[in-house]
Amino acid sequence: MGFWWRFNLLVFTIAILSTPVLSDLILSKVDRRIDLTSQIVRITSTLKVENAGSGLVSEVLLAFPELQAKNLVYLMATTNEGKGKTKSSGVSLPVEVANPKGMPPALTVYSVSLPKALGEGDTMSLDVLAVFTHTLKPFPEKITQADIQLVLFQDSAYYLSPYAVKFQSLSIKLPDARIESYTKIENTKIHGSEIKYGPYENLPPFSYSPLVVHFEINQPFAVAQELVREIEVSHWGNVQVTEHCNIVHEGAKSEGEFSRLEYQARPHIRGSSAIRHFVAKLPPRAHSIYYRDEIGNISTSHLWADSKKTELLIEPRYPMFGGWRTAFIIGYSLPLQDFLFESEGKRFLNISFASPINDLVIDNLVVKVVLPEGSRDLSVSTPFPVKQRQESKISHLDVVGRPVIVLEKADVVPEHNQYFQIHYSFNKLSMLREPFMLISGFFFLFVACIVYVHVDLSISKSSASYLAKLQWDEVRATIQQVESIINQCLATHEKIEASLRDLSRIGDVQACKTTRKTADGLLKEHSKELKPLLAFLQSSPAAANILPKVEELVAKERELQERWMAKHSIIVDCYEKKLGGREIENRVAPQQQKVVALRQEVEDLLEYIDEI
Amino acid sequence: MADPENAKEATTLRYAFGNVLSFFILLLIGVLAFWIRLFSVIKYESVIHEFDPYFNYRVTQFLTKNGIYDFWNWFDDRTWYPLGRVIGGTVYPGLTLTAGTIWWILNSLNIPLSVETVCVFTAPIFSAFASWATYLLTKEVKGAGAGLTAAALLAMVPSYISRSVAGSYDNEAVAIFALIFTFYLYIKTLNTGSLFYATLNALAYFYMVCSWGGYTFIINLIPMHVLLCIVTGRYSSRLYIAYAPLVVLGTLLAALVPVVGFNAVMTSEHFASFLVFIIIHVVAFVYYIKGILSPKMFKVAVTLVVSVGLVVCCAVMAILIALVASSPTKGWSGRSLSLLDPTYASKYIPIIASVSEHQPPTWPSYFMDINVLAFLVPAGIIACFLPLSDASSFVVLYIVTSVYFSGVMVRLMLVLAPAACVMSGIALSESFSVFTRSIKFQLHGLSGSSQVDSGDASSSTVVAQNDAGKAEKTEDTAKERPSKKSKKKEKGIVDKPSLKAKIERRLLVLPFEASIFAILLLVLLGAFYVVHCVWAAAEAYSAPSIVLTSYSHDGGLHVFDDFREAYAWLSHNTEVDDKVASWWDYGYQTTAMANRTVIVDNNTWNNTHIATVGTAMSSPEKAAWEIFNSLDVKYVLVVFGGLVGYPSDDINKFLWMVRIGGGVFPHIKEPDYLRDGQYRIDSQATPTMLNCLMYKLSYYRFVETDGRGFDRVRQTEIGKKNFKLTHFEEVFTTHHWMVRIYKLKPPRNRIRGKTKKPRSQKTSSTTRTKRSAATKRNPWH
Repeated sequence: MGFWWRFNLLVFTIAILSTPVLSDLILSKVDRRIDLTSQIVRITSTLKVENAGSGLVSEVLLAFPELQAKNLVYLMATTNEGKGKTKSSGVSLPVEVANPKGMPPALTVYSVSLPKALGEGDTMSLDVLAVFTHTLKPFPEKITQADIQLVLFQDSAYYLSPYAVKFQSLSIKLPDARIESYTKIENTKIHGSEIKYGPYENLPPFSYSPLVVHFEINQPFAVAQELVREIEVSHWGNVQVTEHCNIVHEGAKSEGEFSRLEYQARPHIRGSSAIRHFVAKLPPRAHSIYYRDEIGNISTSHLWADSKKTELLIEPRYPMFGGWRTAFIIGYSLPLQDFLFESEGKRFLNISFASPINDLVIDNLVVKVVLPEGSRDLSVSTPFPVKQRQESKISHLDVVGRPVIVLEKADVVPEHNQYFQIHYSFNKLSMLREPFMLISGFFFLFVACIVYVHVDLSISKSSASYLAKLQWDEVRATIQQVESIINQCLATHEKIEASLRDLSRIGDVQACKTTRKTADGLLKEHSKELKPLLAFLQSSPAAANILPKVEELVAKERELQERWMAKHSIIVDCYEKKLGGREIENRVAPQQQKVVALRQEVEDLLEYIDEI
Repeated sequence: MADPENAKEATTLRYAFGNVLSFFILLLIGVLAFWIRLFSVIKYESVIHEFDPYFNYRVTQFLTKNGIYDFWNWFDDRTWYPLGRVIGGTVYPGLTLTAGTIWWILNSLNIPLSVETVCVFTAPIFSAFASWATYLLTKEVKGAGAGLTAAALLAMVPSYISRSVAGSYDNEAVAIFALIFTFYLYIKTLNTGSLFYATLNALAYFYMVCSWGGYTFIINLIPMHVLLCIVTGRYSSRLYIAYAPLVVLGTLLAALVPVVGFNAVMTSEHFASFLVFIIIHVVAFVYYIKGILSPKMFKVAVTLVVSVGLVVCCAVMAILIALVASSPTKGWSGRSLSLLDPTYASKYIPIIASVSEHQPPTWPSYFMDINVLAFLVPAGIIACFLPLSDASSFVVLYIVTSVYFSGVMVRLMLVLAPAACVMSGIALSESFSVFTRSIKFQLHGLSGSSQVDSGDASSSTVVAQNDAGKAEKTEDTAKERPSKKSKKKEKGIVDKPSLKAKIERRLLVLPFEASIFAILLLVLLGAFYVVHCVWAAAEAYSAPSIVLTSYSHDGGLHVFDDFREAYAWLSHNTEVDDKVASWWDYGYQTTAMANRTVIVDNNTWNNTHIATVGTAMSSPEKAAWEIFNSLDVKYVLVVFGGLVGYPSDDINKFLWMVRIGGGVFPHIKEPDYLRDGQYRIDSQATPTMLNCLMYKLSYYRFVETDGRGFDRVRQTEIGKKNFKLTHFEEVFTTHHWMVRIYKLKPPRNRIRGKTKKPRSQKTSSTTRTKRSAATKRNPWH
């Protein structure tokens, strides 16, 4: 690696020799701070730009060597309008790739458009934040469980710029751990875990002095090779977010044995570089949180929630050593009113772009926003350029599918975790469509049932079985009539019985007799009514097997009737003769027994016929 | 005055709403059957359980992804390496096709449930179906009251719950439904003599054949019943219609299932049905002849035919027996043979005997699995004899045979459960009807000529039972009499039932207090059963067995998720084509969860292959390495419970590996691993034991955990404490050490003379030389 770096340097030197000065800008002061405490390298440079020439200058060029440029994932320049140390974070300036003529090919140049052109002698202060991923190279590349993880970082000790730099300094912040080696040039100081280079003064454009730091870092190198976020908006009050993470530990590869014993006994020595957990900062009021992978729930997670934030600590199924992979899904629901707003008759969703997991580098992020079915006029506004396309997804009870906006972006770091907006219009009535569909579905099901029960589905109206069925229906109707008549007779008997009871209580013989008379009349009527019905049953062939029962029933009923009458006359007789209670009992007893037995039989028969 | 009118109205209302009421009760029973099985999802998670369900799940995934034709032609190269397995031809497809169809219907209705969800909930859904089928079956036998009781009992019988909790996605889950439904349709055909039901019966039988190997139970039980009917002189045309179409259609349909194929006519399990098929035709012919001949002529004909027929039959039988006897297993499969002779498996096929569910059950397991039903069954059998009908003789036969089979294998307890439920349902409902009838009669008798009549009496019993909180029992009494009658009507015993029934009823009247007391006791019994079932569903049978939990003394829940940890590690951190060797128990899980090729799995179709793995596990390290290397194995997975006290680990299963391995490779001898006939791993263990691969992989560096190597499962200190592995290296061990994965070290380069630097050269050899070198030295090729 060292050799390759030197070769690169050679290219640069050639480039430097052959390049003219681009413009009359000079950087009067450059202050660089490199943060190496995590796998994401953040270089913050404060530039004081001065126009030493005569013309107006409206853009400042920032140069990065190609090696760095291909890992540059985020670049932001802000101006500090406020003078001096009062750092009111200023306006961020548009930055774009520039290809000015005469630049060395090994440099990638970005141009920052200034808010107002700098006149002669004007100065301006710029803050540039550049974020790089995959720049810390593990060295050695493979370590065992017992080894510590060492990485190399390379940069230039001088600020690489197309402009002359008057005064510059550089400080490198390292994690609190061992520093294996670092390049020592003039004015190098080490102060705890911070290395300071500079100040250097009056360096020409494209000055370059290679700088290598080799140090221990035990921060996780968690890289999500692909992360798919699905944000599903439901107007019933819920935003469901599902994140499919596919994570690899991109630190030094682990080789040799993995001993759980060593790991459990001395976790911070044997396995210091392993990823133990991730922390995800979810929005406040997130609920229904789950953490699982394709083979089920993962039980190692903790959740802390308060009104400001919801913090989810998730442990992978196993500690992740260098080169190990894992995949999991986290999902959570958010209250709709926190993220969906309405303006000018349109709705817009305002939600953060990147994953809530801390310190995660995402190589390829896909954000899918699923809007409710029936959303129209979709438009997206994002704070940085992303690839977008549209597809549709069919979910619960959908007919045409829900519109899905797919946003894709490579190389995403926490700095990208900004809000983006999706505007769309939606008719409120569409919300009621799915409940209506369900209701109508059940409605038609029941209607179909009713229709099925009531419609005669027999194929032939003249077939023997159909006719038999019709006949049988008739027979049944007749039998029912017979039954009802018998029941009426039984009711009459009850009346007689009641009158007898009254008699025993009050002794009103006359009333009893009148009851008897009316009962007689009723019973006669009933037997008259019965005759045609029985005649019909006898004539009908379908009733052949039930006829004996019916006839038995009628006969039994008649007998019962007679017994009642007999009993009644005996009792009335007795009363008229003013006989004692015991005497009456004795006389009635045989009748009474018969009555009870007959009545039971009649009831049994009725029940039996009922069944048919 | 209005009293009698009211009473009458009440009775008519009761009948009118009877159907509606029983419909809702059935619905509730279905809901109960479904919900009681959700304990596993609520207490754990929605996940597939155990071992076999993982295979079924994987097959279902394949089916839903690739379609039915690819499914039939699926050759699975992820298992039985290097042999592979023809899944489409060796799997009972019923369950997979069912779940696949459900998934497909839901998805075409735009309800995007995952395959896993559908698989998890298939078993509870089919339990609801099974309890409805039980209702139908029992209703055919003894009326709707008994049907409802039996359905309620089946909905929560622990034996069935154990195989059909949510997530237990196994063949039995749908097969029990198919079994009961087939029996129902058979009885229905027998009662009605309708060809429509006979055809449905054949289809239900087809579904059963698709679902489970246990279909042989049906195809032997029904012929037995037919034979019983013929012998006891109950032959009728209805019997013929119930049986003949089933054999013809059923066999044709069964032969369509690839896994059965020609077995449907070739194996001995099906011979009984064909024999009875012939007999029933002979009998039918005899009845026909009897009908057209005069009695005298008939006698002559009988003697003639019998003498000729006997000769022919003897000849045919002799040929058949000779054919059957010529095959070594007499044409029976190993599992069926072990059913007929319970000692067969332990004598000849250790692999069948090694499965715990093929062991005979203990008495407590009867109480655990069917609980109070065990006491109710005899009463149910007695009730079936009063009066004995075709249908009730069938359920008697069913319970007798299934009691025998459940005594042979724990697993077949599952077949006993529905029979026990049917019997207990009959018993409970009969006794309830007797008691309530006595109460009713007594109330009636007490009141004599006073106002209290039948309506009041029945309502008072209703109240009494409502107090006891048994809603379904109320329905029983309401439905009891009508259904009984309807059954009688169907059977055409219309002669003089009313009088007879009345006399019987009179005879069965019990004293009032005794009846009340007995009802209370029965309700208590039922309540006890319900409590036990809920407990069993919640505590005993809901654990998914891939996730274990334990409660610490402060009440906290500790989860042991080691299996999935290991499978997830394998699936993410090894190459896609790596082969993983483990004992066959973990084969299905490894292919399904880790998606890695395994050497052997739970299908156990190739004894030699399993024996090879068993031999490797029982061999010393070097020999084991050679065997594994010849099989192209890269990782070896062992399950070890010694650290946390998980008893079903590989060390406890190890003797079976020795036995199965020794059965094929005689140089592995079981006594070498036993000290004085005892299996031990402490310092008294034999050197063979202490040096075998399984011991070393399980206890590698175990001693360093607590300084003395105390095994919590065996409750002893291990025998050999400090040792190094030379041919394997530990690559992963789960959090509680329950799964340990080792990698085979690559072979050393061959250096002239002796190997000098074993470590530094291990990376430079290629696989090809590794293989060829290994095959030469491997003694098993």
